[in-house]
Amino acid sequence: MKEFGYNRASGVRDAVALLAHEPEARFLGGGTNLVDLMKAGVETPDLLVDVRGLPLGRVELRSDGALTIGATVTNSDLAAHPEVRRRFPALAEAVLAGASGQLRNVATVGGNLLQRTRCGYFTDTSFPCNKRVPGSGCPAITGEHHNHAILGASDHCVATNPSDMGVALAAFDAVISFETVDGPGELALSEFYPPVGDTPHVETSLPAGALITAVTLPAAPVAARSRYRKVRERASYAFATGSIAAAVDVEGGVVRDVRIAFGAVASRPWRAHEAERALIGAPATAQAFGAAADAELAAAKPLAHNGYKVPLLRNLVVSVLTELTEEAAR
Amino acid sequence: MTDLTDSATRAVGTSTVRVEGREKVTGAARYAADVPFEGLAHGWLVLATVARGRVSSIGVDPVLAMPGVIGVIHHGNAPRLNPKAGMFGIPDGTLQLLQDDRVPHFGRPVALVVAETLEQARAGADALVVTYEEEPHDTAFSADHPGAYTPVSAPVSAKGDVDAEIAASPVVVDQRYSTPEEHHGSMEPHASMARWENGRLEVVDSNQGSFMVSTILSALFHLDEGVVRVRAEHVGGGFGSKGVGAQLILAVMAATTFDRPVRVTLTRHQVFTVTGMRPATRQRIRLGADSTGRLRAIDHESVNQTSTIYEYVERNGEVTHALYAADAIRISTSVVPVDLPTPTWMRAPGCAPGSFAVESAMDELAEATGIDPVELRLRNEPQVGPLSGLPFSSRNLVGCLQEGARRFGWADRDPRPGVRRDGRWLVGTGMAAGIYGAGSVPSTAAVTAEADGGYTVAIGAADIGTGARTALTLVAAEALNVPPSAVRMKIADSDLGSAWFAGGSRGTSSWSWAVTAAAEDLRDKLVGIDRIPPEGITGRGDTAAQIAALAQQERHAHGAQFAEVAVDPLTGEVRVRRMLGIFAAGRIVNPLTTRSQLVGGMVMGLSMALHEEGLRDAAFGGQVNGDFAGYHVAAHADVPDIEADWVDDYDPSHPSGIKGVGEVAIVGTAAAVANAVWHATGVRHRTLPISLSRVLTSQA
Ligand SMILES: Cc1cc2nc3c(=O)[nH]c(=O)nc-3n(C[C@H](O)[C@H](O)[C@H](O)COP(=O)(O)OP(=O)(O)OC[C@H]3O[C@@H](n4cnc5c(N)ncnc54)[C@H](O)[C@@H]3O)c2cc1C
Ligand code: SF4
Repeated sequence: MKEFGYNRASGVRDAVALLAHEPEARFLGGGTNLVDLMKAGVETPDLLVDVRGLPLGRVELRSDGALTIGATVTNSDLAAHPEVRRRFPALAEAVLAGASGQLRNVATVGGNLLQRTRCGYFTDTSFPCNKRVPGSGCPAITGEHHNHAILGASDHCVATNPSDMGVALAAFDAVISFETVDGPGELALSEFYPPVGDTPHVETSLPAGALITAVTLPAAPVAARSRYRKVRERASYAFATGSIAAAVDVEGGVVRDVRIAFGAVASRPWRAHEAERALIGAPATAQAFGAAADAELAAAKPLAHNGYKVPLLRNLVVSVLTELTEEAAR
Repeated sequence: MTDLTDSATRAVGTSTVRVEGREKVTGAARYAADVPFEGLAHGWLVLATVARGRVSSIGVDPVLAMPGVIGVIHHGNAPRLNPKAGMFGIPDGTLQLLQDDRVPHFGRPVALVVAETLEQARAGADALVVTYEEEPHDTAFSADHPGAYTPVSAPVSAKGDVDAEIAASPVVVDQRYSTPEEHHGSMEPHASMARWENGRLEVVDSNQGSFMVSTILSALFHLDEGVVRVRAEHVGGGFGSKGVGAQLILAVMAATTFDRPVRVTLTRHQVFTVTGMRPATRQRIRLGADSTGRLRAIDHESVNQTSTIYEYVERNGEVTHALYAADAIRISTSVVPVDLPTPTWMRAPGCAPGSFAVESAMDELAEATGIDPVELRLRNEPQVGPLSGLPFSSRNLVGCLQEGARRFGWADRDPRPGVRRDGRWLVGTGMAAGIYGAGSVPSTAAVTAEADGGYTVAIGAADIGTGARTALTLVAAEALNVPPSAVRMKIADSDLGSAWFAGGSRGTSSWSWAVTAAAEDLRDKLVGIDRIPPEGITGRGDTAAQIAALAQQERHAHGAQFAEVAVDPLTGEVRVRRMLGIFAAGRIVNPLTTRSQLVGGMVMGLSMALHEEGLRDAAFGGQVNGDFAGYHVAAHADVPDIEADWVDDYDPSHPSGIKGVGEVAIVGTAAAVANAVWHATGVRHRTLPISLSRVLTSQA
């Protein structure tokens, strides 16, 4: 682990300015991902700018029903917030499905969005990896890729984004607010994670040195009945092998509105637009849910050892949408 | 002084908290990496990053110029080792570190960077550029690998004509089973400090047997007897991985080269890479039975991966050796050397993977014959060793099966698979029997009556977290007929004399025998003495002659495990709901720590069933999941309801009736879980771990 500087930012502008002067600087949230990667030699910053003291630690309900979540809100506080639980239960469930109690107590919203992949080649510097060392190759494609991407990957990288929280945010059209030395800006979550292409090391569309300040969820009445279901190898303390955030609004047996996003299948939380399109106006039946899942998963390109994710995601779509529909009918 | 009379104390058999428990929970207990030494330097391992080849260059100079760096040890300057050194006098190539430029596998240490601080050593190691001349490698272990052979140390053992019996059997099960590489992952990473002090090599280590380590180390470094002193006061788990560690050998090299105390500590990732693992195994089981379920034949073929530098044999057939009666039995074992790190013992070596195969096959036989799995086992209970014909020292597998079945509620079980639902879950139950060898190995001990009225017991035992120190306190208290509080234990020091190590489930039995013998000697010496001199009076025990005089017998601990699982057929998730293990493992010295050993073994078995798998990249030979984020073991939420208990099984061939409990607890667990998954889903899983992808794909 190489030596690095540590600085505690006193304000948002100060934080951004500190980072602007050091190309190899990183913001430090809870440190639960960044510090681990520093110990493994994967991240080698010269300077850490601690953002936890910034006034970004609140969840606010806006008059239009949107929810604005500060970037330093801890995962625990986010999951426990009454408005989050009432308006976006799938988000609270997603956050609680991640990591452990201790980690959630310190991990932040901003850090969670930027946590890095759990690909075993990426986290072990004795292997090549295009994401860690651009151009060095991707051993996962022919090697161990049991929990790698089936959607939206490229010949250069097949890693997944490991976040649970991000899946719920993707389902509900989150918008990321950030600050740079040039002032504030915004990015829809759908644009926040760029396509992998031949630049797997470029993981966000944020301008260089940008500080995430908040995440906003626009009002979404459909989200009030929503669910996050995470499938994992053990009962707790494991990343997803496949997950789904979903919400559905059914009237007279017909789907009026629906939101579906997948986790652990792509380099970003995967919004299932194809499935949603197939379902709007369709009957709320298991058969239609299955057909919608198939429409989404038609684009899947499984590798030799992760093909199980295709039936897994299909089953999740059918079972979670059926569950939500049945609950609504009760 | 405390009166020595003949009436028994109640120490043995009474639940007693660990004598060092307070030290441990308050952080006062010091493990090998915690003990301060003046002038201590730190070493950091540099590991090979190719699967096979030669080291062509090591960029030492720039590293020597780095702050704090004292030196770099590599094959060009390392002290020469004795190639004949190894456990039980068997040369062990894994110990021959830095002796030449060969790289036999990924992760082999190629250098040690020594510096003033740990951080400087690590920085130096990170900066050390090593180049290699790579050679083609073979890391692909398989049962039909052309390099497979039968080791001289594991010849076929057989009785009767297995093929003829199988041909004549109305019911035959013939199946293949696979188990993956599994890693020990003790909580305390391996660490060793070595220094030369007054002509002696002093070692503070994390190991499973200081005397054994000192003997091998002496041989390895061409040192005279008595020169080496090894201590390992507290050890945070070993599971078979803590013998003579690479970190120890390199620490001794560095201490010798630089004439400084040097400590080498492994990171978790290095623990995965350099301390060995249970090898992957492939097994074929053929059972031939008549329609009443009586076994006519058991054919157990097993093959495991080993390395090119040491022939490690996973003796899976051990479990078949004495578990069931059959007219004909054949056990054959082979190994396949590949370009991967050398496997080693891991909790219940042989019997853990072996029982997965045999006890799964027995469940398949129960299915084929329509006989209840518990009943099937009862019908095949042997009266004498099935292969050897020798009597059992004691055996109460029947008691385990019956008591387990009663407490688990087995009698009400509907044998049909795949028919019980609880919401989205399919529910099933399964069971398996287990066996692991017992016995005692010659050891020495001393017991001193002190002038202050207390007693000091000195024995080269190891407490690797099992509670051995406490168990021996109870045994000594009983033998001396004094309260446990009057007994002080000195253990884990090679200067205390020859003693068996914490392995093979033979620690407590071997050590307690020596302690009892020393106590008897002391009692003899104390006859007629009414004042203890300041230096005390010491009794000594050496069990070599008594153990050599023991009649030949089959000595084993036994167990029966029961599991209830839930399987979500839509996601493949498997969750264990409850587990019960009933064991017959000799007289139980300390119920409190015994239960924790047994429950721990069962949890490890549950992890083996569902989670554990060392994943290797075939192109590089490195492990892709060499940390606890990637290598899963059960979390608390995976173990909702687990119970362990025992039935009477006093072993009359041991002076205190003791066997061992550490290993039998993991034998059969994986099969019990796999059998329950079959009962839940109707699908057999013959490959471990039963991961959700395997379940999901098999349900389709
Ligand atoms: C053992 C373990 C298990 C886990 N299991 C799960 C799981 O099951 N599901 C899951 O979703 N997650 C899981 N996590 C990941 C955990 O959720 C993330 O580590 C955490 O959310 C990251 O938050 P942090 O605040 O600690 O980020 P940090 O580690 O502090 O930072 C992560 C990255 O974000 C950047 N960053 C932080 N804040 C900002 C900001 N405001 N603006 C711009 N950049 C910023 C940092 O520079 C860094 O690059 C697990 C983590 C561990 C260690
Ligand atoms: S999948 Fe991506 S992160 Fe993993 S090895 Fe390939 S390039 Fe690296």
